[in-house]
Amino acid sequence: MGKQINVALIGNPNTGKTSVFNLLTGLNQQVGNYPGITVEKKEGICKLPRNVKAHILDLPGTYSLNASSLDENVVIELLLNKNDKDYPDVAVVVSDVENLKRNLLLFTQIKDLEIPTILVINMADRMSRKGISLDIPELEKQLKTRIALVSARKKSGIEELKEHILNYRHISTEPCLNASVMDPTYFDKLRNAFPNQSLYKLWLVITQDVNFGNLNRNSIDNKQDFRTKDESTLKKMQQKETILRYQFINGVLKQAMSVDVNAAKGLRANFDRILTHKVWGYVIFFSILLLIFQAIYDWSSYPMDFIDDSFVVLSELVKQNFPAGDFTNLVAEGIIPGLGGIVIFIPQIAFLFLFISILEESGYMSRVVFLMDRTMRKFGLSGKSVVPLVSGTACAIPAVMASRNIEDWKERLITILVVPFTTCSARLPVYLIIIALVIPDRSFLGFNLQGLTLMLLYLLGFFMAIFAAWVLHKMLQIKSKSYFVIEMPNYKMPILKNVGINVLEKTKSFVVGAGKIILAISIILWVLASYGPGDEFDNAESIVQEKFSETYLPQEELDNKIASYKLQHSYIGNIGKAIEPAVAPLGYDWKIGIAIVSSFAAREVFVGTLATIYSVGSDEEETIKARMSSEVNPILGGPLFTFASGVSLLLFYAFAMQCMSTLAIVKRETNTWKWPVLQLVAMTGIAYIAALAAFQALS
Amino acid sequence: MSKTIADLKRGQRGIIKEFSAEVIPLKLLEMGCLPGNEVELVQMAPFRDPLYLNINGSHLAIRKETALNIQIEILP
Repeated sequence: MGKQINVALIGNPNTGKTSVFNLLTGLNQQVGNYPGITVEKKEGICKLPRNVKAHILDLPGTYSLNASSLDENVVIELLLNKNDKDYPDVAVVVSDVENLKRNLLLFTQIKDLEIPTILVINMADRMSRKGISLDIPELEKQLKTRIALVSARKKSGIEELKEHILNYRHISTEPCLNASVMDPTYFDKLRNAFPNQSLYKLWLVITQDVNFGNLNRNSIDNKQDFRTKDESTLKKMQQKETILRYQFINGVLKQAMSVDVNAAKGLRANFDRILTHKVWGYVIFFSILLLIFQAIYDWSSYPMDFIDDSFVVLSELVKQNFPAGDFTNLVAEGIIPGLGGIVIFIPQIAFLFLFISILEESGYMSRVVFLMDRTMRKFGLSGKSVVPLVSGTACAIPAVMASRNIEDWKERLITILVVPFTTCSARLPVYLIIIALVIPDRSFLGFNLQGLTLMLLYLLGFFMAIFAAWVLHKMLQIKSKSYFVIEMPNYKMPILKNVGINVLEKTKSFVVGAGKIILAISIILWVLASYGPGDEFDNAESIVQEKFSETYLPQEELDNKIASYKLQHSYIGNIGKAIEPAVAPLGYDWKIGIAIVSSFAAREVFVGTLATIYSVGSDEEETIKARMSSEVNPILGGPLFTFASGVSLLLFYAFAMQCMSTLAIVKRETNTWKWPVLQLVAMTGIAYIAALAAFQALS
Repeated sequence: MSKTIADLKRGQRGIIKEFSAEVIPLKLLEMGCLPGNEVELVQMAPFRDPLYLNINGSHLAIRKETALNIQIEILP
């Protein structure tokens, strides 16, 4: 066993940092969260020569050590805290050869923390095309570091990087820029007050609101012989620091880098002319959206049908091959259908992330943000809200997380609050079964009525999100310094491996995250439906047999009668009866009431619950559908599922906030229960009123 | 009348002049928007907002309200 070297991978966004990480670790990586926050923590193990292993931590992309987001805070907190178990022995800063000047800003800051720092210059394959030549030995001398010239695309330079990591002890820890030149007297006082700390580290503690160890902003403020300055002066000094750093970098690059402008060829301008065009830009964007929806709802239906059928078969197999009893029933009727309900979403989620990661890797997403910003701003959103709103059509959870790069707090908050209105894939099974029940399968002006209804529901979700954003924009009195900066990266061919790993990871985290909840709910439901209080439940069999002793019933029908009698008197039946008065005005009976209540955990539970309640052994759509269409409205008589009650249910599901995981994520992202509670109350209120109005008007 | 980035025409260049620290986010400075650097308007969205710029080799987009705060000297 060799010793492990702790390596932190740091870099600006769009430098191919993740490609370098993937090359170093291969599939030997895992993704988690930093404790208490939802920032992704990616780490992996890399085998170095001579049997040494390196633990690689891929830190969130950041432009500098002046944090403006949660993700960036993570970087600073780690680099300032020597006691953190992940504190790096060596930092690897990844830069893009085309943006070297800007990328070096972060490099010089990290170097000034006196951590051994290696510089990776990535995308070396583009140098000749861009007419760039570098004097590496000169750069190494000036920056006091070791440099690895890497091409993640061509997989070159990685061995050199590993060699540098192995020999990190030989890298100088001398800073690039002496921080005290910003204001010598101020920094002299600081040095005297804290003689044991690195000056630049102290400066970061003063200017950032982060915690590290026992030293923080207040403890510096409270030191008697040292007073820090007011915000505005500090900001001016940070500005001065940035200017000084660029002066240093310009000086270095003047000697070590030359660009032959004539040799530079770029497709950027040509692509941009079309993709950000006033008309064509939008046409292309909406065509891509259409393609994504096509993939999510059409192409993925094949694997989804296959998954659905497989789980039905699996459930049957368990029933037939295991000894009959409570445990077998729990597995076959509770757990397997529950798991099936999660697994079925994998194709859709995977397709969505496939498209999103291709759009992001290629650099196109920034163009969409650019095109949409002004329109979105009218509704209190940002151009950057487009990504969450599109992701929301798969699942609100990654969508809420994708809002993190919106700088403006008010715009970000509104995005988070309205994202759950977009039609997520969990609503799809509910929509499909109700549409099949109440909308005729006829064509209207050449379009299928059922398909048209589904499309209307998507549009409804989207417009409701936009409308709610507009209302919140007018109502919320949040003063925030609104600014918006987005990098427009160069167009790149997406690297297949990166896209693949991303899709794999995102899908996995959805399945595990949502899976736990759905599994738990389906077990609870099964228990509540399978047991009941009192004699009526226990003696259901004899009661029903007595009731029908006069008339002849085939065994199968008798069994169904017994099952439904049992259900009515089970725990869940009792709960259902209790809430029936609340849902009756919407046109529902107690069974739908139960399905709605249980789907507050997750919408897709609705179909599964009805399947369990209607005592149908399998989740197969036809059988549930047949059952549902024969249900009778307990108050009004006549079929339960009419056009009126169907539309009412569709509207309820379109607007109601029924997803515990989303609420939990919103709580974590906004750091208070106030916003998720508002979401729950407001959305469900709107849903109730809309469903009530629809049923009363139509019936 | 002093000109700002918002006055640039597509393809036109200018040199960034001094600006007041209060109104410009630090992130913009870090991305290379510093006095003395050259800025080119690459593309604009409808209604000239946001603006897609090339500042000293860095390609980025900012909103018009920010652009109005950055004074420049337009190059012929």
